[in-house]
Amino acid sequence: MEPAIQIDLKKIDDIIAHYHGNKEALLMIMQDISDIYNHVPPVIIPILVDRLGVKKSLIYGVATFYKTISLEPRGKYIVSVCTGTACHVRGAEKIADALQQKLGVQEGQTTSDRLFTLKAVRCIGCCASGPVITVNKETYGGLDRTAAEKVIDNYKQMPLNGTA
Amino acid sequence: MAILSNRESLEKFQDKLKSAKSHGKKKLVSLCAGSGCGAYGTAKVHQALMEELALQNLTEDVEVKLTGCHGFCEKGPIMVVHPQGIFYPQVKPEHMSEIVEKTIKNDELVQSLIFKDPVSKAKITLEHDIPFYKLQQRIIFGNNGLIDPTSIDDYIAVGGYSAMAKSLFDMTPEKVIAEIKKSGLRGRGGGGFPTGIKWDTCRKHHGIRYVICNADEGDPGAYMDRSLLEGNPHSVIEGMIIGAIAIGSHDGYVYVRHEYPLAVTNLTIALDKCREYGLLGKNILGSGFDFDINISRGGGAFVCGESTALMASLEGNPGRPRAKYVHTVEKGFKEGPSNLNNVETWANVPIIINKGADWYAAIGTKHSKGTKIFSLVGKVVNTGLVEVPMGTSLRKIIYDIGGGIPRKKKFKAVQTGGPSGGCIPEQFLDLGVDFDELSKVGSIMGSGGMIVMDQDTCMVDVARYFLDFLKEESCGQCNPCREGIKQMLDILTNICQGNGKEGDIELLEELGVMIQRFSLCGLGTSAPNPVLTTILYFRNEYEAHIRDKKCPAGVCKPLFYYDIDPETCTGCRSCAKKCPQEAITGDKKKPHQLDQSKCIKCGICYDTCKFDAIVIR
Ligand SMILES: Cc1cc2nc3c(=O)[nH]c(=O)nc-3n(C[C@H](O)[C@H](O)[C@H](O)COP(=O)(O)O)c2cc1C
Ligand code: SF4
Ligand code: SF4
Ligand code: SF4
Ligand code: FES
Ligand code: FES
Repeated sequence: MEPAIQIDLKKIDDIIAHYHGNKEALLMIMQDISDIYNHVPPVIIPILVDRLGVKKSLIYGVATFYKTISLEPRGKYIVSVCTGTACHVRGAEKIADALQQKLGVQEGQTTSDRLFTLKAVRCIGCCASGPVITVNKETYGGLDRTAAEKVIDNYKQMPLNGTA
Repeated sequence: MAILSNRESLEKFQDKLKSAKSHGKKKLVSLCAGSGCGAYGTAKVHQALMEELALQNLTEDVEVKLTGCHGFCEKGPIMVVHPQGIFYPQVKPEHMSEIVEKTIKNDELVQSLIFKDPVSKAKITLEHDIPFYKLQQRIIFGNNGLIDPTSIDDYIAVGGYSAMAKSLFDMTPEKVIAEIKKSGLRGRGGGGFPTGIKWDTCRKHHGIRYVICNADEGDPGAYMDRSLLEGNPHSVIEGMIIGAIAIGSHDGYVYVRHEYPLAVTNLTIALDKCREYGLLGKNILGSGFDFDINISRGGGAFVCGESTALMASLEGNPGRPRAKYVHTVEKGFKEGPSNLNNVETWANVPIIINKGADWYAAIGTKHSKGTKIFSLVGKVVNTGLVEVPMGTSLRKIIYDIGGGIPRKKKFKAVQTGGPSGGCIPEQFLDLGVDFDELSKVGSIMGSGGMIVMDQDTCMVDVARYFLDFLKEESCGQCNPCREGIKQMLDILTNICQGNGKEGDIELLEELGVMIQRFSLCGLGTSAPNPVLTTILYFRNEYEAHIRDKKCPAGVCKPLFYYDIDPETCTGCRSCAKKCPQEAITGDKKKPHQLDQSKCIKCGICYDTCKFDAIVIR
């Protein structure tokens, strides 16, 4: 079972207020919620229905259509390997292989200690520095296998409550 | 009360900034803080620089500007010391004390840090002498290295917002549209539709009109829109305001990817500053004209770059395209006439208004005017953003500016136009790049992605790669696209795994034509292009995969193995030390052996061997 997440209602309301409760901002509201919890906890969905006056089906529709949104819990660090064309021809596959081995998970999965989620993304606009990966909002460029593994080691050593 | 309440106050302010600049600090250090350089550690370099300046009591005399992308991102973090324009690539925190001591204090060069041209091996001191920059014409992108994107004053100081003032006070909306039409500007988002005509059509439709900027930049490998928004957001905003004046719109939107956090931040700051200065909001510069811009962050869906999908997404819905019986310039966002242009298109607008349509139309080719920014990436020596006049040849871009292919490898193809484009082989390298020329050989210029591929790139794998991308990105609402792409992908995956059959190539061609003809939106109609062009120009590679079960480039793992050529192997042991499987053995200075049963084909030995002794079989 998932441990129950403590939802800070005030934070959710602040986010909604920031967009003036505008239902057109649904996607952005969910992205901001993701920034706090690394996913959109399903318990928040009824709150969004209530505050924004949208249908539950729309929320699920938006959440499944856009890749930046996940309804499943993800790791503390989201490791995204760019598999855009420029990185692809410079060996992104090898970086992805190395990280899968290093973390012991497949693409899309989260490590059992809930520290890392491994994802593939299509181009993050640092194509001249490829192959690149991002960990949360930090970008690391010009990688080979060893350098990519080192990035992960650095995060492993980080104190658990520390920021990247 | 806004800071700038009329045109005079803008002009006075501009003069003040300009004279302050000429009497300002003697030295200016421009340090790139764009995303590319950021990934190489600009923040730490900046910190070290500021500490060093403080230590040497120079903080008052030296201005440090954190700028947007200079274009040469691969060499990041990039630092340029003005007034001379001394170029230091790949700077590190530990270099700062020497740079401050020598270059900033005593106008001397730090020899060890000077740029060394990878082609001529010559040391080049000044930014504008470097071949990568020298052969460009940077009318859109040039200011990036000179302004701090978070400072509206920096943009105003280089003449910013005067084109907007000109449009508001000296021109009628019709005159603005006529000027844009005359300039020959065509949309930079890929389609190349004439911008002036689009504006004119939108203006003629009634209702609440919207002006929208497409910053979804889905083409993987292209990042000029990101760099423009990050590095010079005001040029895009000014373009949008001029567009709004011409079209008669009071509501603007920028639809930008969530994956571009720095672009979102810099744009947000820029918009706030504009409102504070009275350049956005009610009664801009006292003209009576109202206009404001909102930001909408997309959610990582390629199809949302398509105009009708983008507008659906702006409305808060999943971004699925609709049939365009009614064009968005007539009925788009919230049913209103909506004018969508690409980031780079908007950034061209102020320049046209400032310098005039005739000046602009003198640049480029007959039907493609102005410059275009290309993202020159992949297997090329100098990678980065390159701005050249339309019509510049592929060869000039890849070889003269890009420095050719690294590690003496052989050029194979250049991929242009992203997932909607195609792969262009060597025999067409002398083609001038514009909207029309590349489509004659089966590709498109697209939004400006230019991915160079060498002998180690497998063209079947590239085709498979793009279809895999498009399968993920298809919104799935129409059959030919959803099912057709999936079938083509299955065939290609089989070929790459060694299960290709006679007739597969013909089947791919047939499916391709069907998808092109019957898909609803541009994603589907252009999806087969990467496959069809690779079949056209690299059929032999497909045949090698299907008939000989071989991948000549050494990419498709089941179709090749690595071996050591005993004739060329010097026994240097480099590969043996690095092999993660301990698959390589041998005595020092004697030819080595590679144990196939242990090898996982990771390619480390192939990349390591300096003597080309690891071969693909
Ligand atoms: C699948 C698909 C994706 C697109 N992605 C983008 C994009 O990321 N950025 C862009 O400016 N245009 C994109 N376009 C083109 C837009 O639909 C539209 O033509 C363009 O934004 C219009 O602006 P322009 O006339 O200034 O080029 C895309 C089109 C299709 C069919
Ligand atoms: S062509 Fe593809 S992406 Fe476009 S509407 Fe049809 S299914 Fe969706
Ligand atoms: S490809 Fe990798 S595993 Fe195989 S021999 Fe070379 S280094 Fe070792
Ligand atoms: S690196 Fe090349 S030359 Fe050196 S031992 Fe390996 S195969 Fe031989
Ligand atoms: S292709 Fe990897 S960042 Fe663009
Ligand atoms: S990000 Fe620094 S040069 Fe491009």
